Amino acid sequence: MAGEPMKSDLGLYDYLPWPNRPKIVWPGNKKIAVWIAPNIEFYEYNPPNNPTRTPWARPNPDVLQYSHRDYGNRAGWQRMMAAMDRAGFRGSVSLNVALCDHHPEIIKACADRGWEFFSHGIYNTRYVYNLDIEQEREIIRDAFDTVHKHTGQELAGWLSPALSNNFWTMDILSEAGIQYTCDMFHDDQPMPVKVKSGKLISMPYSLEMNDVIVYNTQKVTPRHYGEMIKRQFDQLYKEGDESGTVMCIPLHPYLVGQPHRIDAFAEAIEYIAGHDGVWQTTGREIAAAYHASGAYDAMSAAMAAHNAGKEAR
Amino acid sequence: MSMPDDYLKYPERHHGMDQDRYPWSDLFQRAPIAWPNGARIALSIVTHVQHFPLDMPSKPFKAPGALSMPYPDFRYYTNRDYGNRVGIFRILRLLGEKGLKASFAINGIIASRYPALVDAVTEGGHEVVAHGLDMGKVHHSGLSRDEENAIIAEALSLLREKTGQAVTGWLSPGRAQGFNTPDLLAQNGVSYGLDWANDDLPYEMRTDNGPLMAMPMAYETDDRVVADEYFQSEADWAQQVKDRFDVLYRESADYGGRIMSLPIHTWVSGMPYRIEYLRDVLDYILSHEGVWTASTGDICAAFRKAGQPA
Repeated sequence: MAGEPMKSDLGLYDYLPWPNRPKIVWPGNKKIAVWIAPNIEFYEYNPPNNPTRTPWARPNPDVLQYSHRDYGNRAGWQRMMAAMDRAGFRGSVSLNVALCDHHPEIIKACADRGWEFFSHGIYNTRYVYNLDIEQEREIIRDAFDTVHKHTGQELAGWLSPALSNNFWTMDILSEAGIQYTCDMFHDDQPMPVKVKSGKLISMPYSLEMNDVIVYNTQKVTPRHYGEMIKRQFDQLYKEGDESGTVMCIPLHPYLVGQPHRIDAFAEAIEYIAGHDGVWQTTGREIAAAYHASGAYDAMSAAMAAHNAGKEAR
Repeated sequence: MSMPDDYLKYPERHHGMDQDRYPWSDLFQRAPIAWPNGARIALSIVTHVQHFPLDMPSKPFKAPGALSMPYPDFRYYTNRDYGNRVGIFRILRLLGEKGLKASFAINGIIASRYPALVDAVTEGGHEVVAHGLDMGKVHHSGLSRDEENAIIAEALSLLREKTGQAVTGWLSPGRAQGFNTPDLLAQNGVSYGLDWANDDLPYEMRTDNGPLMAMPMAYETDDRVVADEYFQSEADWAQQVKDRFDVLYRESADYGGRIMSLPIHTWVSGMPYRIEYLRDVLDYILSHEGVWTASTGDICAAFRKAGQPA
């Protein structure tokens, strides 16, 4: 981006206020779509530097942070998966696709459960900052090919590695066939994204429900995290009487899978699963239902109308 | 703008880890460990005993707990030293009252600065683990092999000469290592390390000088991490430690012996307002059947023995 003037707005979506939107109806008339997105990641021992972001705070090898991440792939993932199995949740895996090569054993356990895989880049220590557009397209191709080769699945979703982005990123994701992005946090309902081609959806993911933000940034205690998940759910469930909502719980097995944290999480998702109006689903299924129910087109029209009205005033 | 082509090349993208210290392994697929006397949990209490030099460097990074005020930092220099003068003796008394044997990870320089402290630890029957030379001497890849070897050798010889113990355990200041650290530790007679935070059970690391056991030590329930990085209360610390124990204890019924590690600092848990929380945590853990409290060295030895064919 060097040399280009900075913009004041992403320009990827139009404003649409929460009241009086077209109604979203989820399959089976469920009030809320709840999906869980485990970030199954591989952080490199000796990654190359990127001028915009240095992977590790300490010089390579930062063995404490590297090993802390590795905990998720040796121990934490099994606890997380067992808790999700008990509550009847499939995962939508936010996958550093190189993990297919490093730990196919983990991929197999997820695939055997019918979990979805979406892409979270190649490694969480490689960012798209300073890449040119062709280089970023190469990462997208790599992700499609790797996930297809190892799981037979066609990628539908994308979360940029470490949430690094360029202005063209959404255009080239959509052009490649990606159906939903998790990189934007502006809504509790799926929303159309303005891209050059295709019909890309911004899927509600979450910062506040994301264990990495909860534990590494906000420094919340595990039991309080459990309470936060339940309160977030209660409110969105109530509002789902009027129009379908989405709740996502993004996870990192190296954090939520720690022994002192797993029970509070497990209890919270069992609480959610105990409600009749919950659709326990995946990102891909939410995107499909959003299109099939006509919500994508209705929201697009509502945004266009709102925008036209604003210009007319 | 673009990145060099190498940025999209991944030479270590292959099955297993991207370094050759250990193979990948799934904690829940390993052969169950049997601790002595059928114990379900081996409790490993590791008290950090630290010296923060007034002139400690800030490059390439400071170990956690480092002095942070403008030089001369009276505030944190003396606060950390409080642990060596007062805090550790509260911890030693508590362990003594309960008859527990534990490990004390001690900066090598403490052996020459405060020999009475080291005597109190060994007279209590505890194991001394080398905790580097001092908190200003962090291990990192910018050190030459010789420079790093000299630090390791000095720390070990100070502690070995003072205690008469073999001193075969190691904890780096800030749990920081360079590329060569495991090789150099093994070369200097270290048989286990506490730096890596990727497991709940021991596993063997490859070095150029024979194997080094990576012993588990919790990162996020460390008293200093909870107090000084998460800014959570001592009650919150105690609750998380108990919750951690509960899960490991429960898992031991299905998956074999587990290790409950309890990393504490003299200048954190040794404070008057905190020591009773440590007592509370120990009371809770010890109220369960099948808890074996031992030095990390003894737990490491038992793990090696458990792994031998019958």
